[in-house]
Amino acid sequence: MNLSEQHREHKISIRGLSDREFFYGHKACPGCGGSLALRLALKVLGERSYAVVPAGCMSAVGFIFPQMAFSCNAIISTFPGTASMLSGIAAGARALGIEDFHAVGFAGDGGTADIGLQALSGAIDRHDKIIYICYDNEAYMNTGVQKSGLTPSGARTTTSPAGKRLRGAITRKKPMFEIVAAHGIDYAATASVGYPLDYLRKLEHARTVDGTSYIHVFAPCPVGWGYETAETIVVAKKAVDCGLWYLAEYAEGRFVLNHNPGEFASIRDYLFGQNRFRHLQDEDVSDIEIQRDAKWARIRREWSD
Amino acid sequence: MERETKAFLSGNEAVARAVRLARPHVIAAYPITPQTTVIERLAEMVEEESLKSEYLHVESEHSALSACIGASAVGARTFTATSSQGLLYMAECLHYASGGRFPIVMMNANRSVALPWNIYGDQRDSLSLLDCGWIQAYAEDAQESLDLVLQAYAIAEHSEVLTPMMINLDGFVITHTYELVNVPGQNEIDLFLPPFRTTNKMDFDCPMSLAFTAGPAYNQAFKQLQHLAMLKASRVIGEVEERFGRLVGRNYPGLIETLYCGDAEYIIVTLGSVAGTIRPVIEKLRSGGERVGLVRIRYMRPFPDAEIRRALAGAKAVGVLEKDISFGFEGTVFTNVSSALMRSQVVPPRLLNFVGGLGGKDISAADIELIFKRLKNSEPGETVEFI
Repeated sequence: MNLSEQHREHKISIRGLSDREFFYGHKACPGCGGSLALRLALKVLGERSYAVVPAGCMSAVGFIFPQMAFSCNAIISTFPGTASMLSGIAAGARALGIEDFHAVGFAGDGGTADIGLQALSGAIDRHDKIIYICYDNEAYMNTGVQKSGLTPSGARTTTSPAGKRLRGAITRKKPMFEIVAAHGIDYAATASVGYPLDYLRKLEHARTVDGTSYIHVFAPCPVGWGYETAETIVVAKKAVDCGLWYLAEYAEGRFVLNHNPGEFASIRDYLFGQNRFRHLQDEDVSDIEIQRDAKWARIRREWSD
Repeated sequence: MERETKAFLSGNEAVARAVRLARPHVIAAYPITPQTTVIERLAEMVEEESLKSEYLHVESEHSALSACIGASAVGARTFTATSSQGLLYMAECLHYASGGRFPIVMMNANRSVALPWNIYGDQRDSLSLLDCGWIQAYAEDAQESLDLVLQAYAIAEHSEVLTPMMINLDGFVITHTYELVNVPGQNEIDLFLPPFRTTNKMDFDCPMSLAFTAGPAYNQAFKQLQHLAMLKASRVIGEVEERFGRLVGRNYPGLIETLYCGDAEYIIVTLGSVAGTIRPVIEKLRSGGERVGLVRIRYMRPFPDAEIRRALAGAKAVGVLEKDISFGFEGTVFTNVSSALMRSQVVPPRLLNFVGGLGGKDISAADIELIFKRLKNSEPGETVEFI
């Protein structure tokens, strides 16, 4: 079965989603995209989940003794150790004869693309049966909005300030989806909390994969990005619609593009709706557009619809 | 396999045999000299199915211990091994494992720490991590290495202890030296070491959040419990050794081993394989009528402070010989021994610190004789002497 056939197998509807809450009563900020990504994922994966959350926003808001926000099994890992702890949990549970479980990790962009990349690479190399979810809010939000390896060009953070000489981050966002795909991972996908059905379907697929799954979910942060808390879903949709994020999958050596906008929505509307980009000048926006168009030319050429 | 056998084994191979007897569920390891032959033998055992463990080839020592923590958090028995730079790379996870009360057992091949690079033995790696909350034992030979690994599981997993344990073998001198070793039978060890049972785990019948955050109101209480558990380990170590002696037939003396301390005036305190060099020197000097003795520290944590005080109560001079230096002060073992003696009812004996063997520098029998000579004739002066 190829991916598109498998998609028809996983019929997802919001109505069919579990009423149970596995991540509830936590202290995340209003409008937090990351906590939504966790909440939805655990609804799909269910009570036989071991949730691993490294040091970062989600562990900071979910595990404050004696008030625990997870109603399934959960554990904080070291910052670099999300994937290695997941591997240990999966190996331990298997050795103990425990069946029918999900070892699922939720790491932020820094915990994934920077400090946690080595352990993730090892787990993918071993094809360990784990589900690794990167909730990407494009900076180190828990410590106060510092630049990460997934902060996009031009974004202002507290360590990539917008000044006269430099106008925000000067690095480009690491292509994590392609980095994990280059390992020959069993399943990888990108998603956005702005397109929950697509995200849920990918989670549903990940739970059936006999090997390593990686889902990179775009998860806006109103505090770090500077927009109104009610706008998270709108911002998450706009990122996809203007082509600065994309919805895709990888399995068995093939990339599949799930959503191919005929015409991109306004990139300026997306950028200037957020404080972190408001300092950008026309030439910066053109640079971002050029980067986007080059990426999409390659995607459209090399990935199937 | 069912009954005790004799085998010609290196320290590393003896450790691998012990690990097989302990039936760990998960082994996670990353190679580093001089630990490698442990994880090679274990990989072979898993391949030939004489050991039924999940063997994880991780990409770093940090991941090795992180994976063991994950496995322990679902109730699995785990093993890893490392050395030197690898132990330091694990440092974050060392504190994590002890704070989370995960009774992981690890072998550390004591090796010098860069810079300068050096693969030979000294004890600066593990002694620099005394405060990471692990029980730390130091073996003298291959037999003791094997027995310590088996005892380590019983000690670490004890419900009143639940603290990880590190067994230290001097790099090359123990890890790579072949000796005749008694390998217990599986039946004996299955009686000695039943399967690991714990409530400190993630369980689908009773879901738990582990490795959580505890703010200022609670944090210290957790740390106090950790300290109490480590203190309790002193008693548990004795109980486990007693049971080991009964079921396996080899007896161990607890946190320290003493030689002629009853009447000795001049005593060397040390740890690890160098004790093997000291023993014949002591026999020789005693046959010449000199009242010399030895204290071999077997456990640095929990620290044997009462035992040290008792053993050194009658000495005129004590020399602490260690392969370690805390730059700008003195050897860490010396600091610990001095601290124990300060609380003594008797006047502390004259104390000298001999630092040697760094980066594998040889410590000879002549060096030991010189140390005893210095103890007899020492003038007040420098506390730390490099030999």
